[in-house]
Amino acid sequence: MQTYDLTEKGLRGLNSILHAQHEETNQVSWEVVNPRGSHAIAVGLDAPLEVTIKGSTGYYCAGMNQGAAIRVEGSVGPGVAENMMSGSVVVEGDASQYAGATGHGGLLVIKGNASSRCGISMKGIDIVVHGNVGHMSAFMAQAGNLVVCGDAGDALGDSIYEARLFVRGSVKSLGADCVEKEVLPEHVGILKDLLERADLHARPEEFRRYGSARKLYNFDIDNVADY
Amino acid sequence: MCGIVGLFLKDKELEPKLGEMLTEMLITMSDRGPDSAGIAIYGRGERGKSKLTVQSDRPDQDLDDLATELGQAIGEEVGIRRVDTHAVLELAADKVHAARKAVRELRPGIRVMSDGEVIEIYKEVGLPKDVADRFNLSRMEGTHGIGHTRMATESAVTTEGAHPYSTGADQCLVHNGSLSNHNDLRRKLMRKGVRIESMNDTEVGAAYLTWKMQNGATLGEALDSSLEDLDGFFTFVVGTRDGFGVLRDPIACKPAVMGETSQYVAFGSEYRALVSLPGIEDASVWEPEPATVYFWSH
Repeated sequence: MQTYDLTEKGLRGLNSILHAQHEETNQVSWEVVNPRGSHAIAVGLDAPLEVTIKGSTGYYCAGMNQGAAIRVEGSVGPGVAENMMSGSVVVEGDASQYAGATGHGGLLVIKGNASSRCGISMKGIDIVVHGNVGHMSAFMAQAGNLVVCGDAGDALGDSIYEARLFVRGSVKSLGADCVEKEVLPEHVGILKDLLERADLHARPEEFRRYGSARKLYNFDIDNVADY
Repeated sequence: MCGIVGLFLKDKELEPKLGEMLTEMLITMSDRGPDSAGIAIYGRGERGKSKLTVQSDRPDQDLDDLATELGQAIGEEVGIRRVDTHAVLELAADKVHAARKAVRELRPGIRVMSDGEVIEIYKEVGLPKDVADRFNLSRMEGTHGIGHTRMATESAVTTEGAHPYSTGADQCLVHNGSLSNHNDLRRKLMRKGVRIESMNDTEVGAAYLTWKMQNGATLGEALDSSLEDLDGFFTFVVGTRDGFGVLRDPIACKPAVMGETSQYVAFGSEYRALVSLPGIEDASVWEPEPATVYFWSH
């Protein structure tokens, strides 16, 4: 286990040293202490590292992650795990706005609540929120799964494409072109897998599914495999 | 961009340290607003007395004999405390209106920052740390305070473009965001006789709240109606004699974090601004909801 004191050694040093690790590195496990709400912690990682951040962070924590497993033992500011490609990001506390924005892959777990615009323009990422999500979540969501164990705020899934939204609690309002859809056996399987990976003891049957009515964009059934 | 900090003390023992705590919070927000900074501090007051905080770009010329001349003009003794480009004039509460008028006549170059029993507003152009040092903010005591670091978008980098803005006796407003209908609203308010001195959007927001309250609205009602009448992005923090309030526009893209313990309620544009506060690790930390008016008061 390598320990890095952010207050003592600075942000650039941390991200440089994490970027310098290759796939076969034997320095796999990292602990970042004294984050004190700093921005851009552990951004752009592209090796299978395990990074634990001991405290709360500011903007853009764990952005553009590719293959690393990042855990934040605190809350995160705006834009956590933005544009994640693969790997995982787990937040023990709450997340501010646009968590997981534009993510292409990987798993983002938020154990507290997520604020507005969670999963905006998501493109394949899986996001599991133990608590609630704020307004305009999954706005223009293209692909992937957003699982919300609590409630969703106003305008959920506005202008949504083909992402799947699962909500256990209430939905304050649905956005344009977002509708409730039947939960099919294939969805139960997806949910079961995501809930297990997110360390959540909830039954897939308790969730409702929401998705696109496909009236707002040029959806063509012949291209369904591409979505 | 811009940064906002606010600190409302529940624990009286922290009052001597208000300035120190708020200054550290303010300086942390320098990245969000490096061009100007300001602070409204709610300190000690005396019943029946008012404090008029004024500023001049030529303080030696304008402030040296101001108290004496102002005293003669209003027929009452006026006390003065000079702080860099600012001065706090202390006078009888019922003479505030006359004093404001007399100051305008005696020293046209002077700007009135605030009036009220307890409020003092200090603001200038410069890095937040430099502004804080000029006014010795870290030595100030009080029950609560609000600070602002500015990154100008809607008007020039000048003292009158800096926040906080006074919205009435013992009241002030700071703003992160930009109002898009401020030109139209400025014209409307000026036609109704409201005094607006700069091309700044927040000054119009402050003038709007003042005008609403002069027409009978409470501060809460004025804030509620601002959701209808102000177009644009805003996180507002308003200071009152007894505490402070927070309001975010319905889109809420301008950041806001609250931290609360048994000793204080703190506001920051970012969590970074709160990290030095005592006991923050165990504080309740959350984001204020959009389009919802919050108040904390003694």
